[in-house]
Amino acid sequence: MLRYALLRLLGAIPTLFLVIVLAFLMVHAAPGGPFDDERVLPAEIEENIAAAYHLDEPLHKQFIRYLSGLVHGDLGPSYRYRDHTVGELIGTAFPVSLKLGAMAMLLALVVGVAAGSFAALRRNTLLDRSVMAVAMTGISIPIFVIAPLLVLLLAVRLQWLPAGWSGNVGATKFVLPVIALALPQIAYIARLTRASMIDVLASDFVRTARAQGLGTTAVVRYHALKPALLPVLSYMGPAAAAILTGSVVVEEIFGIPGLGQFFVRGALNRDYTLVLGIVVFYAALVVLLNLVVDILYGVIDPRIRQR
Amino acid sequence: MKALVDIWHRVRRSRSVLVSGGVLAGIVLVALVGPLVSPHDYLQTNFDALLQRPTASGFHLFGTDDLGRDLFVRSMLGVRITILVAVVASIVSLVIGVAYGAIAGYVGGRVDAVMMRFVDTLYALPFIFFVILLMVAFERNFLLIFVAIGAINWLDMARIVRGQTLSLREREFVDAARMTGVSTRDIIRRHIAPNLIGVVIVYVTLTIPQAILVESFLSFLGLGIQEPQTSLGALVHAGVNQMEGASWMLLIPAALLASILLCFNFLGDAMRDVFDSRSSR
Repeated sequence: MLRYALLRLLGAIPTLFLVIVLAFLMVHAAPGGPFDDERVLPAEIEENIAAAYHLDEPLHKQFIRYLSGLVHGDLGPSYRYRDHTVGELIGTAFPVSLKLGAMAMLLALVVGVAAGSFAALRRNTLLDRSVMAVAMTGISIPIFVIAPLLVLLLAVRLQWLPAGWSGNVGATKFVLPVIALALPQIAYIARLTRASMIDVLASDFVRTARAQGLGTTAVVRYHALKPALLPVLSYMGPAAAAILTGSVVVEEIFGIPGLGQFFVRGALNRDYTLVLGIVVFYAALVVLLNLVVDILYGVIDPRIRQR
Repeated sequence: MKALVDIWHRVRRSRSVLVSGGVLAGIVLVALVGPLVSPHDYLQTNFDALLQRPTASGFHLFGTDDLGRDLFVRSMLGVRITILVAVVASIVSLVIGVAYGAIAGYVGGRVDAVMMRFVDTLYALPFIFFVILLMVAFERNFLLIFVAIGAINWLDMARIVRGQTLSLREREFVDAARMTGVSTRDIIRRHIAPNLIGVVIVYVTLTIPQAILVESFLSFLGLGIQEPQTSLGALVHAGVNQMEGASWMLLIPAALLASILLCFNFLGDAMRDVFDSRSSR
């Protein structure tokens, strides 16, 4: 098992390296410098600025400098928020996003698995069809359409929940963002669970369990649920990536001071180092989560480990 | 060509293909013709008619926005651009994916292993962030948006085409071509590629909604299509800012975007069913 985990870990390193190289090259291939749109400065001062940010060095030197900074956990200074390093900005903003994302993921898992299982158990009934129709809609409609519609209905019209973030204390401010973030994932997980549950329910060991006189609840709980959840588990990696992407939009709509908002602001302000740092951070996070899912998969399903 | 005719005959019998295809064709038709017959221009601001409600019989069918511009014309312009970007981006991803997948599948062996390992690696990355990085680094122009979105959606296509090619290359007519001395390049171009048309058409239908999603996501964040041009994503964003007083500015583009995406997804699903039943027969 340890060998399997170590092998997976080693496999993740080239991926991470590829990410860093790609992101670094994209930013540095940009025409013009990061300070071009400011007022015209004397050549000397421009040279000094370039030297201060090491922009005068050849590209490979800059890359090695960036890489060694990364290894030490230093993502460099922000070009726009002059008093902060990129690391500090990520450090303050990420916990907010993490809290939001974790809650959305939990909600998506619980509701998605429950809805998918019920649909599978009542296959081809009205309940099944309506759950699947809703799921299809949930998958098709993007989060930046769902979120404003939720706000319009529940916050502006009915005034049940707060629409914004600032000025609201307590848990209610989390409700709408978390639901908006979770909905597409609920839909996807429900579809996945339904499909794999139908497969599992048709298998021999379930038939044996039924023949021994076990009720539906017991069959599902003790025999069918675990194997049916394997595809859902392997979807956790992509789901995390999707929630990350969604959080960018949700934080923008609800005005939540998380990492996604910093990312969008950074992108609009052309804050090269901040955007580069966040992309590297996001990519590392996704690679890491995929790694965790892979290892978990190995823990749960021994057949995978032997390959 | 025979493959195309064959697919058309199968697709025509599926009700959900006809319904979703029909709705889509309707929306596109109105988007193409509507702005031509409308008395309004998408740029023309009117400060005497800010935020007018939609009226069925009135001057502004979908109302006006916060600058007094006609929302019907702007929405239809948005539909045009959204669909244009999606189609062009899908063609970009089609070209990359088919070339990559056909080469990996046909050459096989170690080349195939390395090429597909690379695809697996890319699958794990949150690509949308790289597109945003591109948008930051370069001037935001139309061409870049097309290419960037196309460049992130080719992975599925590459996988599917590779699988298909692997089975095709074992067929007798490919052996025959190889024996008569046709070069690898020409075999891929003349013998493999034409036989991939069926699969490719089906999967392009599934790529288009993904491309629409990416484009509207970028435009929503202000990183895609720039004013005064517009797309459905940008219109939804403008609607969010005005939703308390003028909900139609949100609801109309949101409904258009949702129905286009829903139709494409239904169409793609139905096409896949049609295709799968064909291959399993």
